[in-house]
Parts: sequence; structure tokens; C-alpha cells
Amino acid sequence: MIKLIERIGRSTIAMTESLGRASLFLWMILVGLNTFVARVSDVTRQLFNTGVLSLPIIMVSGLFVGMVLALQGYNTLKDFGAEDALGVMVALSMVRELGPVVAALLFAGRAGSSLTAEIGLMKTTEQLSALEMMAVNPVHRVVMPRFVAAIVALPLLTLIFMSIGMLGAHLVGVVWLGVDAGAFWGQIERSVDWHEDILNGMLKSIAFAFAVAWIALYQGYESIPTSEGVGRSTTRTVVQASLWILGLDFVLTALMFN
Amino acid sequence: MNAIELKHVSFNRGNRVIFKDVTMQIPQGKVTAILGPSGTGKTTLLKLMTGQEVPLSGEVKVLNTSVPNLKTKALLALRRKMGFLFQSGALLTDLNVFENVAFPLREQTQLSEGLIQNLVAMKLQAVGLRNAAKLMPSELSGGMARRVALARAIALEPEIIMYDEPFTGQDPISMGVLVKLIRELTDSMGLTSVVVSHDVAEVLSIADHVVILSDGCVIAQGTPAELEASGSDWVKQFLHGNPDGPVPFHMPGQHYSEDLVAQ
Ligand SMILES: Nc1ncnc2c1ncn2[C@@H]1O[C@H](COP(=O)(O)OP(=O)(O)O)[C@@H](O)[C@H]1O
Ligand SMILES: [Mg+2]
Repeated sequence: MIKLIERIGRSTIAMTESLGRASLFLWMILVGLNTFVARVSDVTRQLFNTGVLSLPIIMVSGLFVGMVLALQGYNTLKDFGAEDALGVMVALSMVRELGPVVAALLFAGRAGSSLTAEIGLMKTTEQLSALEMMAVNPVHRVVMPRFVAAIVALPLLTLIFMSIGMLGAHLVGVVWLGVDAGAFWGQIERSVDWHEDILNGMLKSIAFAFAVAWIALYQGYESIPTSEGVGRSTTRTVVQASLWILGLDFVLTALMFN
Repeated sequence: MNAIELKHVSFNRGNRVIFKDVTMQIPQGKVTAILGPSGTGKTTLLKLMTGQEVPLSGEVKVLNTSVPNLKTKALLALRRKMGFLFQSGALLTDLNVFENVAFPLREQTQLSEGLIQNLVAMKLQAVGLRNAAKLMPSELSGGMARRVALARAIALEPEIIMYDEPFTGQDPISMGVLVKLIRELTDSMGLTSVVVSHDVAEVLSIADHVVILSDGCVIAQGTPAELEASGSDWVKQFLHGNPDGPVPFHMPGQHYSEDLVAQ
């Protein structure tokens, strides 16, 4: 019993400590935004690495998710004779939920893991210490540009994911299953609210981007500088980021749509 | 005159004692070698001198400034007077050779582009790699990467330069080049060089002053000749690399030869 309490106590202390370190790290990133102007070229390069290189997986997944939603939705709606509502159904699930969440999960797996591995390896090869020795703050030079790039990239990727998803739904619903195109798109136009749905979806996406970037960069920065250490941190990034995305999604949904 | 002085320094990593009581002097304008087996904390010792780590107790003075108490600004200013050659070279992998050497100049000075180009060319010339300026770090051999890192370390004309295991993993020719470069740079730029290593022969060939570290303590310091003449078994074991002796050169435990027989 005492052992159990002791263990709980110890892990609570460890958790509090790492939360504190992570907060301090975030603070350093935010302070680093001061140097943003001097680092614009670093930011654009990272935008390419995190954003453009994630495009293929986002586009392909978006297409399939849209197609599957249309197929499932059609089978359900058909029983009620409401096939015309297919477009709205897919669009609302895409914009409110699946778009932000699935795109963020994919982003955590594709870009988050590579951010952690890259920064962990930079630590292992002493590049971060070298920056410190050259009187350059590694958080400003290495971390901040990646943080900004991730927060810009994910919402854009999410928009692309949603658009391609709707295209997939159109292909399955209208082209294949024969739902009337006018009804499909007309209902979407009438029922999807700009503020209520799209803006909230984007807000979610920004929150997820913040969480993924923070976790991935922190894990890389704090990784143990060996190949196993970096490997473990990379795994931790994907697991933690995914859980945070799903948890945040619940909280944000409760706040936004209630 | 000493460039660096440590007095009764102790340092822990978690519960592990790395330094118990380290006192040493590093004379100005000379090559000082710090010798010790892998994992004794040689890199850690350098990081104490650069203020990247803070001692548990004791005094660390660099260029007559006490390092552990420095505020960030003063510490960064002090680091500008120190060059550091990392074990792995630590070139920034996203920049080419030229930009790597130019990096400290761009970050720390307001020099014009033309001046930077000339300075970088001079530094690369000094290490014999002016014609590698356009290569990326991934295209360099280990020896070349270390020479580029050396050019970067001297870009801001430091007063002290620290070499962390400069010879490890080098072929004989690169090794010879590095040995020559360290000696020449020290003499021509009036630098204070600190060379951390476990390659005894190479280091002794250029060192003016030697410090031997083991088990968290300094076990001997002096000129190579003084150490050679010293009667201590510990020192002899180090200088001649005898596998067996009072200091476990390898991690304590099963002896090497037992392991070989066992297989
Ligand atoms: N960042 C770190 N965190 C925890 N332990 C470390 C860290 N860096 C080094 N150590 C440990 O401290 C000891 C001394 O390391 P180091 O100074 O690198 O030794 P050396 O350079 O002499 O080989 C080693 O046992 C190493 O495992
Ligand atoms: Mg070392």
C-alpha cells in the first residue's frame, strides 16, 4: 500500500516536472518569435518540409475518407429515402470532425515524428550544443521556425483534406451511386454554416497543430541523445500527440457545438 | 598566467558522481591536453568551462571570469571568446560548408557580405578546404568535417579553443593534419588550446601541459616530460596505455581477456 502511494507520488512529481519543463520550453519558443523577421527564410524552408511533404498522404487519405463516408452514408440514408441529404451529411462530418481530426492524426504521424527525429538527431550530433557555443539560442534558430511552420501548415492541409474529401464523396455519391448533383451540392450550400462549421473546424485544426508541434518539438529537444533515445521520443510523439488530438477534440466539440 | 582555472569542482549527473574534486590550471597561449578514459567526464568538463553545465560546488574561472554565476548576456559574450570543436564536428546539416563557417560571423557581427566572404575563404584556406566551400556536410569525410568545424570554431578569432576528442575515428593522414593544425593555430593566433582526448601518443606530441583525469579526480598534471619522469604507477599506466594497473582503463567488471576466452 505504502509502495503504491509512493509510486503514485513519484510519477506525479515526474509528470509535474515534465509539464513544467514543457511549459518553459513553450515560453522560450514564444519569446523566440521576436526573432521571427530574421528567421523568415528558415520558416519558409520548414513550411516546405512539414507542409508540402505531407501533401501526398493528406490528399490520398482525404480522397478515401470522403469516398467511404459517401458509401456508408448512402446506405443509411437510402433506407429513409433521404439520399439527397448525402452531401450535407458528408460535408458536416468532414468539416466539423473528420477533417480536422484525421488530418491532424496523419500530420502527427508524418510531420510530427519527423520533427522529433530531426531535432533529436541534431541533439545527438551536438548541433544544438554547437549553436549554444556560438552564442545562438537553439530554440530560436531550430525550434521556433518549425513551430510556426507546423501551425501554418496543418490548417491549410486540413482545408485541402476536406476539399479532396468532398471530391471523393462526389465521385462515389453522384458519379457512381447516382445522387442528384444539384441536391448534393445545393443542400451543402444551404446547411453548412460558414461561422458555425468551417470556422470552428479551422479553430480545432489550429489547436491540434499547436498540440502536435509543441509535443513533437519538445520530445525532440528533450530526447536522450542516442539512437534508441531518439527512437523512443519519436514513438512518444506519435502516441502523445494522437491522444491529445482526440482529447482536445472532445473538449472543443463540447465547447463549440453545445 | 592561466586562461582557465578550476578549483575543487564537483559535479553529479543524477545520482552519479562525475567529478569529486577537480583542481586544474590551463596556461594561456599553450596547448593543454586533458587525458582520461572514455566516460570519465572529459566532455562534461569542457561543458563546465563553457557554462553549458553548472558545477555542484567549486570554482570555474575562464579568462578571470567566474563562469557559473554569469548572467546569460555575459555568458554569451564570454563564449564569443571561446571556440569549440565538437566530437562529431556538429556542422549544421542544413547549411553548406561556406555557410557553416559564415554562420557565427552572420549571427554575431554586422560585417558586410564581401568581408564575410573573405574571412570565410581565409579560414577555409587555413584548414586546406577552400575548394570544399560548396559541399554539404553529408558529402564530407569525417576528417574534412572536423576541419570545417575547426574553421568555424576560429571564425570569430577566439582566445581559447577547445577540442573534444579531435582524433577519434580519424585515419593516420587526417590525424597528422589535425595535429599540425592544432599546433600551428595555437602558435600563429596566440590561442590557448585545450585538447581532450584518450589518444595519448598524438596528444603528447603537441601538448605543452598535460592533465590526467580519472574516476572524478585529477591524478596528475604537468609538462609531458615531468609526467614521464613521475614515478607514479597511475601516470605510467596512462602514458603507456597498459591495460592493467591501478586505474581501470576499461569499465570495472569482467576483465577483457576473460571475455575473449569466454567466447
Ligand atoms: N546529457 C547527459 N545526460 C545524462 N548523462 C550524461 C549526459 N552526458 C553525458 N552523460 C554521462 O556522463 C558521463 C560522462 O560523460 P562524458 O563527459 O561525455 O565522458 P567522456 O567525454 O569522457 O567520454 C558518461 O557516463 C555519460 O554517460
Ligand atoms: Mg566525450
